[in-house]
Amino acid sequence: MAQRTRKEKFVARLISRRKALLAIAGSVAAFATRTGAASRVSILNVSYDPTRELYQGYNVAFGKYWKSKTGQDVTVEQSHNGSGAQARAVIDGLPADVVTLALAYDIDAIADKAKLLPENWQSRLPENSTPYTSTIVLLVRSGNPKGIKDWDDLVRPGVSVITPNPKTSGGARWNFLGAWAYALGRSGGSKQHAQEFVARLYKNVPVLDSGARGSTNTFVERGLGDVLIAWENEALLVTHNLGRGKFQIVVPSISILAEPPVTWVDKNVDRKGAKAVAEEYLKYLYSQEGQEICAQHFYRPRLQSVAAKYAWQFPEVKLVTVDKQFGGWRSAQQTFFADGGVFDEIYRPG
Amino acid sequence: MATSLTWTGSKSSGPSFAASGALTESASLRWILIGTALVFLSVFLFLPLAVVFSSALERGIGAYLAGIRDPDALSAIRLTLLAAGIAVPLNMVFGVAAAWALGKFDFIGKSILISLIDLPFSVSPVVSGFIYVLMFGLQGLLGPWLIDHGIRIIFAVPGIILATIFVTFPFVARELLPTVQAQGNDEEEAAVSLGASGWQTFWHVTLPNARWALIYGVILCNARAMGEFGAVSVVSGHIRGLTNTMPLHIEVVYDDYQFVAAFAVASLLALLGLVTLAVKSLIEWQARRAAQIAQAGGGEP
Repeated sequence: MAQRTRKEKFVARLISRRKALLAIAGSVAAFATRTGAASRVSILNVSYDPTRELYQGYNVAFGKYWKSKTGQDVTVEQSHNGSGAQARAVIDGLPADVVTLALAYDIDAIADKAKLLPENWQSRLPENSTPYTSTIVLLVRSGNPKGIKDWDDLVRPGVSVITPNPKTSGGARWNFLGAWAYALGRSGGSKQHAQEFVARLYKNVPVLDSGARGSTNTFVERGLGDVLIAWENEALLVTHNLGRGKFQIVVPSISILAEPPVTWVDKNVDRKGAKAVAEEYLKYLYSQEGQEICAQHFYRPRLQSVAAKYAWQFPEVKLVTVDKQFGGWRSAQQTFFADGGVFDEIYRPG
Repeated sequence: MATSLTWTGSKSSGPSFAASGALTESASLRWILIGTALVFLSVFLFLPLAVVFSSALERGIGAYLAGIRDPDALSAIRLTLLAAGIAVPLNMVFGVAAAWALGKFDFIGKSILISLIDLPFSVSPVVSGFIYVLMFGLQGLLGPWLIDHGIRIIFAVPGIILATIFVTFPFVARELLPTVQAQGNDEEEAAVSLGASGWQTFWHVTLPNARWALIYGVILCNARAMGEFGAVSVVSGHIRGLTNTMPLHIEVVYDDYQFVAAFAVASLLALLGLVTLAVKSLIEWQARRAAQIAQAGGGEP
């Protein structure tokens, strides 16, 4: 008996010492994983700039769904910035459980440089791991004072164009490829012509913000520029909510199918033991409710029934894809946006 | 002491010069200069300050308070206070030690140490942020080992505190050093010759002589610690409610199109600046009064 008590005391002391150690460890790593109790779980969604409102809405819905399914409370922490900058941060150790970025290459970069997830990540979820799509449109001030109708109006002298920096922003890279695809189509496939065209376009850009949201603020709030090359979802957000009646959307004759992919980051979720919730968080984006939320935030849904219901808000556009036109994102990134690529050749600030 | 006496002397003979006319500017020129200064001040200082407060209160006091009571805003305020609360005392201790060593002693490598203290002033804050990424990032020097052992420095609170300490490092030392140097070693030598120990000399002679410079340095250090953006932005990871300080939170909610909330938190930072100014003026006034009393009743013990 006495022996057992002693043993119990010893164990208790051990536990309390362990607790003290844990507390110290906790305060050292004040950003603790917050997974301690099984009834609570938290995941970090590292996303690109214009998805702020989308995930604000979706996180609430997913929280309810997960609670009803497992009885567990889930907190989704959010971080938003330019897509390229976010990929860089995850490579440098930002503990993202899921990444929802603007384009596939940024997630490829995480797989290549930090080996945090397998190279074939894009085949793990349906539709190339892209639960929603968008495209690139032109946003002009009400009444379209400069008479912008298509991409070639953006290279006219005296037209000031706002678009973010392709080095840090995903949307900016879609913008660039949209303009390139237009110029290729117009000249019957001449790369030289396309390069001259985008060079003239970027001469009309007075400021390159680091992310799409920064550019929208530059155009909408600061009143700079005649036309904003924007994500369709960002442009619709402006015309519906923010600047009702002050702006209008111009749909170009051709644009690019923008596919912002999502995936979980294996090494980070395994370390935290949050794989199940991270995976379900992304899969639920494909559900009826998830797709509705995407459409309500002006992303084009994949699910036919939801797409039909919200068809009125998305104009018909002739779309090229990065896979068919540019041979996939790895190749496009290498040709256009890597150091010494086409963008470095054509862009001379000032 | 002697310098301030001569200075007061020259000041009392000042008006006779001004009255002679030949040595002063014409009235119109003086008014133009004063007017230019005032216009400049109002355009670049008062107007922006007024805009911050008017934008914050644009939709009434309710929206203003809602912007500050938002859980993410409160967490940003807490994190800012925590970072400043750790960085300022540490840099105070360091600054006093550095100023004492540099101001009172000669040793090999002194000029190198002075340059090192100035380093955070001369390096861009963004670069200082990247230094920590290179040290503690997953691809960095120590990062992989630390992260494997569950210790997170960057994209977490410790990194934000480290970056804040680094950029506010020189303030106290830089404020103290000229004062400590100007005082010379006479009083310390007197104290030591009367039998005081090193500590006693430091506590009763050196530190009280430099106290106003010290307080001023601490105030500047604190203002910068709370307002730092660049370095902290690089190591933050921008996780809402977790790793955003007040300046970062302001940027995030501004980009969320929540302009009132952004300006509400910005007005708190601006208020902090105003309080800093007020405290600084109060301290300077106190210091002047203390000097006057010391002069007037020099005989009084």
